[in-house]
Amino acid sequence: MKVRLEHLTKRFPNSNRKIKTEVTAVDDVTLEIPDGQLAVLLGPSGCGKSTALNLICGLEKPTEGRIYFGDDDVTDLAPENRGVGLVFQNYALYPHMTALQNILFPLQNLKGEAKLSREQMTEKAMEAAKLVQIEELLDRKPGQMSGGQQQRVAIARALVKMPRVLLLDEPLSNLDARLRLQTREELRRIQRETGITTVFVTHDQEEAMSISDMMVVMRKGAVHQTGKPQEIYDEPVDLFVAKFLGTPPINVFEGKVRGGVLTVGADAVMELEDTPDRDVWVGIRPEGFIPDVGGPLRCGLVGVEVMGRDTTVVATHPACAADNLRAIISADTGIGSSAGEVRFALKREKLFLFDKETEERVPFRAR
Amino acid sequence: MKQSDLKAWLYLLPAILFLGIFMVYPLIDVFIYSFEEGYNSASQTVYGVGWYNYSYVLHDPYFLQAVKNTFIIVLITVPLSTGLALLISVGLSSVKPLKDLYQTVFFLPYVTNTLAVGLVFMILFKKTAYTDGMVNLLINQFGGESVDFIDGPYWAKMFIMCFYTIWVVMPFKILILTSALASVDKTYYNAAKIDGTPRWRVFTRITLPMISPMIFYLVITGFIGAFKAYSDEVALFGTNLNAAGMNTIVGYVYDMLYGDSGGYPSYASAAALILFSIVLTITCVNLLVTRRGRPGYAGAR
Repeated sequence: MKVRLEHLTKRFPNSNRKIKTEVTAVDDVTLEIPDGQLAVLLGPSGCGKSTALNLICGLEKPTEGRIYFGDDDVTDLAPENRGVGLVFQNYALYPHMTALQNILFPLQNLKGEAKLSREQMTEKAMEAAKLVQIEELLDRKPGQMSGGQQQRVAIARALVKMPRVLLLDEPLSNLDARLRLQTREELRRIQRETGITTVFVTHDQEEAMSISDMMVVMRKGAVHQTGKPQEIYDEPVDLFVAKFLGTPPINVFEGKVRGGVLTVGADAVMELEDTPDRDVWVGIRPEGFIPDVGGPLRCGLVGVEVMGRDTTVVATHPACAADNLRAIISADTGIGSSAGEVRFALKREKLFLFDKETEERVPFRAR
Repeated sequence: MKQSDLKAWLYLLPAILFLGIFMVYPLIDVFIYSFEEGYNSASQTVYGVGWYNYSYVLHDPYFLQAVKNTFIIVLITVPLSTGLALLISVGLSSVKPLKDLYQTVFFLPYVTNTLAVGLVFMILFKKTAYTDGMVNLLINQFGGESVDFIDGPYWAKMFIMCFYTIWVVMPFKILILTSALASVDKTYYNAAKIDGTPRWRVFTRITLPMISPMIFYLVITGFIGAFKAYSDEVALFGTNLNAAGMNTIVGYVYDMLYGDSGGYPSYASAAALILFSIVLTITCVNLLVTRRGRPGYAGAR
């Protein structure tokens, strides 16, 4: 089921009643999620991604804009009539019911023609339980299960009615690191097997990159960029998106373009074609540095962290916006950890320019 | 090891001393009195030892009346007050405007003086030479005949007694239940909403089980409190409860000790122990029922 949001806006009254201005949680979001895809709404906390999710599932009513599932306008429908399944951040499993009772609960609410017999309900519940592989846990209560198991029960409960759209609100944030990886793959498998269009909300960019077919980067209620994870990583539209994606994060420098030469601090790092003079932010991905004794970027070496496959070089540069910059180089590229100065050549495709004021991406061509 | 044991006992000493003198010793003493026939506290003499006191109390019509009254009060007020409190709390937690005002109104009886409340009930219900009381005026208005709620027929007195008790005990229950309701995580309701759960089903399948520990707590303490009813009866009917036919077991115990016909600590002790065994039995049954009602609840979060 294709999900389409058109000019979706949600404004809340300010929680401080003295301030009359409203808070815009979701700001004119237009978005299309193709059928059967897993889309991730990604953004820092407070960016409106959870509100967007609540709008899609119907827990909140939009101030403006429409929501379509396929060709159906569901904007004014109650949640239960939209055909959505929602997995909550804290799972929201009913603690006094067993896993099976939890999974059966949505089915027991069905009325009229959709009403199922007891056998049909159990069959459907077992199907869902099998999908998430919790058949042997069905008579346990949530308190007797681990976080990962509760998570699976919550997913089974959301899937048991075979929703048109599955919504997941930070579903992995309560799990420990190892379980998170495992559940991530599990989620991907379940989504592929069922082919249900899925919207996943997270603030963890790594999680988002690894799981999604399509990524939507949000900030302050507005969508900054939409696309495949790798595309967004390789071609961020602005400084915010560039900074938000990637671990370690992108290194940002103050730079200038003067007479076709890009300088970072005192170092002339690149010659550009057809670029007028302007002040810029220079973003360089950690993997964009090549150690080179004759390289143009001169940095003070702080330390070297060897991580097996890769080596991280921590260095300083006077024009760097942060205290340190981090460069990832392959482990076999030897770099003396004693050297006081380290010089880098830069990879053209890992370097981005952003306007100093608007922070929008500035296209350029290296000569 | 020994040293620290000694220290621990030393720290416990004040509490043990006080509890021993004012709680444990009297309990044992009451137990002993209840088996001593014709105990006289002045001369410290007894006629003999045996079950006579129990036999006397159990054959005393005043005691049997008190037991009957107490049981009626317990059986009517505990379920009714808990049920009403639940209804009101659910109502309170679903209204938005003026919520604090309503909460205050419902909590007022709790902080109001019992005697002042008794006075108000007098004005509402008592029949005097000058007026039949407000409620009777209302009844007359609808064509009914005046009823003397304070000195009239037994059912009228019992009605007013239960009405009063419920009214007095409800604020505390409402307070406990509204906070219990507020502590239920909102995401459960959101989850139920996503599935289109009807409101009644949300209440019975989610809200009630979630707050059931608090309800059980209120029922158990409600039973114990109602069995010990006495002061409310005095507030309404005065100190001569036997004459009014509205005595309770605790009232009987008091009368046997200090009342006009008092001075019988042995009978009082026997009655007190009978009350104790009733309350103990009921509480045990309550606990058993609630344990069975929610297996494995302790393991759930």
